[in-house]
Amino acid sequence: MSINLTPNIPDPDGFYDELLAAHEGLSKAESDALNARLILVLANHVGDRAVLREALAAAK
Amino acid sequence: MAARYQTAFTIYPYARVSAQSQAPVRHPVVIVGGGPVGLILALDLGKKGVPVLLLDDHEGPGLGSKAICFSKRTLDIAHRLGACQPMVDKGVVWNVGKVFHGDGKVFEFNLLPEKGHRNPAFINLQQPYFEKFLFDEIRKAQDAGAPIEIRGGNRVTGVTEADDHTVLDIETPDGPYQVQADWLIACDGARSPIRDMMGLSFDGRVFEDNFLIADVRMKADFPTERWFWFEPPFEGAGQSALLHKQPDDIWRIDFQLGWDIDRAAELDPARIRARVDAMLSSQSGTIPDYELDWTSIYTFQCRRMKKFRHGRVIFAGDSAHQVSPFGARGANSGVQDAENLAWKLDLVLQGIADATLLDSYASEREFAADENILNSSRATDFMTPKSEISKVFRNAVLDLAERHAFARPLVNSGRLSVPCKYEGFPLFGEDALGGPVLTGPGAVCVDAPVDDGYLLDHLGGGFTILAIGAARAEAVSAAGVTAQVLHIPAPTPELAERYLGSAPQAVYLIRPDQHVVARWADADPDTIKAALRLAIGKADPCQSI
Repeated sequence: MSINLTPNIPDPDGFYDELLAAHEGLSKAESDALNARLILVLANHVGDRAVLREALAAAK
Repeated sequence: MAARYQTAFTIYPYARVSAQSQAPVRHPVVIVGGGPVGLILALDLGKKGVPVLLLDDHEGPGLGSKAICFSKRTLDIAHRLGACQPMVDKGVVWNVGKVFHGDGKVFEFNLLPEKGHRNPAFINLQQPYFEKFLFDEIRKAQDAGAPIEIRGGNRVTGVTEADDHTVLDIETPDGPYQVQADWLIACDGARSPIRDMMGLSFDGRVFEDNFLIADVRMKADFPTERWFWFEPPFEGAGQSALLHKQPDDIWRIDFQLGWDIDRAAELDPARIRARVDAMLSSQSGTIPDYELDWTSIYTFQCRRMKKFRHGRVIFAGDSAHQVSPFGARGANSGVQDAENLAWKLDLVLQGIADATLLDSYASEREFAADENILNSSRATDFMTPKSEISKVFRNAVLDLAERHAFARPLVNSGRLSVPCKYEGFPLFGEDALGGPVLTGPGAVCVDAPVDDGYLLDHLGGGFTILAIGAARAEAVSAAGVTAQVLHIPAPTPELAERYLGSAPQAVYLIRPDQHVVARWADADPDTIKAALRLAIGKADPCQSI
């Protein structure tokens, strides 16, 4: 399986809203830490090492 | 009487009427404000035969292009009222949009409109034209006997609520007089004098921002595209900038300047020209010949009245709710307010429905206002990130959107106004069809081709029973309202896709504002009758549908 880079999130505006809401009131350091945890949680969900490698490349 | 603003042209000049020297005359409906909302409401009510008096303290539309984007739903409503063709003929349709971030292009899109609709997703048209075309249709309706009266140069200066009516003090060039209104509809704009006179609050989440508008008349060819910049690279261009085309070779340019600005300095033509030069030359390197047609700075806030109905006074349009301009949700939602209110007011005035039906206007349109405020707030948050981290995410989205399609739906420079679905509201019934979500109970009917034109052409100003395929239905009456039948035995593929899904046949009950009340695979007259009673607020308490 290769990485999906086509739109895949239903209600993208609602998701974006929730993402920012999770950061509301956090300091920069707290936000960075939240993002790091979030990436690790999502990476675990993906699992597939090849896909994760592609994700790293896509984000660079 | 001092003008509150300049007008674009005169269409309803002040003329003295005999009522000014008589005892106050009682009117069933008085509309205050002759903008898009007041004019749609007057036209809709007048065509239903409801006598309506419209008062405006000026003599024509305000100067400036203002609300330039009119959505499909607005055009569909105007079509039902006979005013759409000149709008579409005059309006500009665009399909290609480009999104920029700083110096670079993020992506380009082509809207490729869905087929099988009479009207485009939206048109760009200067607001004064929109008002003029509505007014022209009002004139035609008046000639055909519609009981609409417009009095320009009549300013409401006082509102006194009585038990069963409202008394209005009116100032004119010939001095004051009074009228009485069974129902007063305030369509008098975001600064609503009537709201203030009644001491009603107008609260919400407040965004404080200034927009500089420059309408420029281009002498040379320039592409009919929408260009949107996040963090425009031009000096002093602010947080975002937008360029799109209007009729008459005019391009609208918006610059989002932020809150703390020097208005007078920003309106200096030399300063405006410097910005416009930079924007127009950014893609070609040359500055096209243009002249400044109209410039203005406006502020916006997102807020709404708590209740749109206060006894015998009802608020519609900007007087009731105000949104940021992103997504064209101001005038378009106001027009939907007017359409929602018109048929209910008609039934109440005829004595068919109780006045409580008007509470459903308030609750449905308050819900719509919340949806519009939510959407326009999200767009504002994306364009003007409120925190460092939200800016990090915003710029990450823009960066990824350049290379990866998945990030593009997250780019938010305004979500175009689409009508809301009154899902779960009390006047709507069951979905016994299980058809497409798009057209379920609460939704507004989407257009689709039929043999002789388009579906919406056949949904007039009353209740309609739409029977598709082998489904049969006969007209039904309940509580003094009749629903006529529209039978389409052989639906076009688009109609089938939008209204049947996988079902072989269907029966829909549709309100006068073209929202779906309920739908079934098949329905006997008693079932439809019960839904019709429900739709006008007269549901049999023992009946659950």
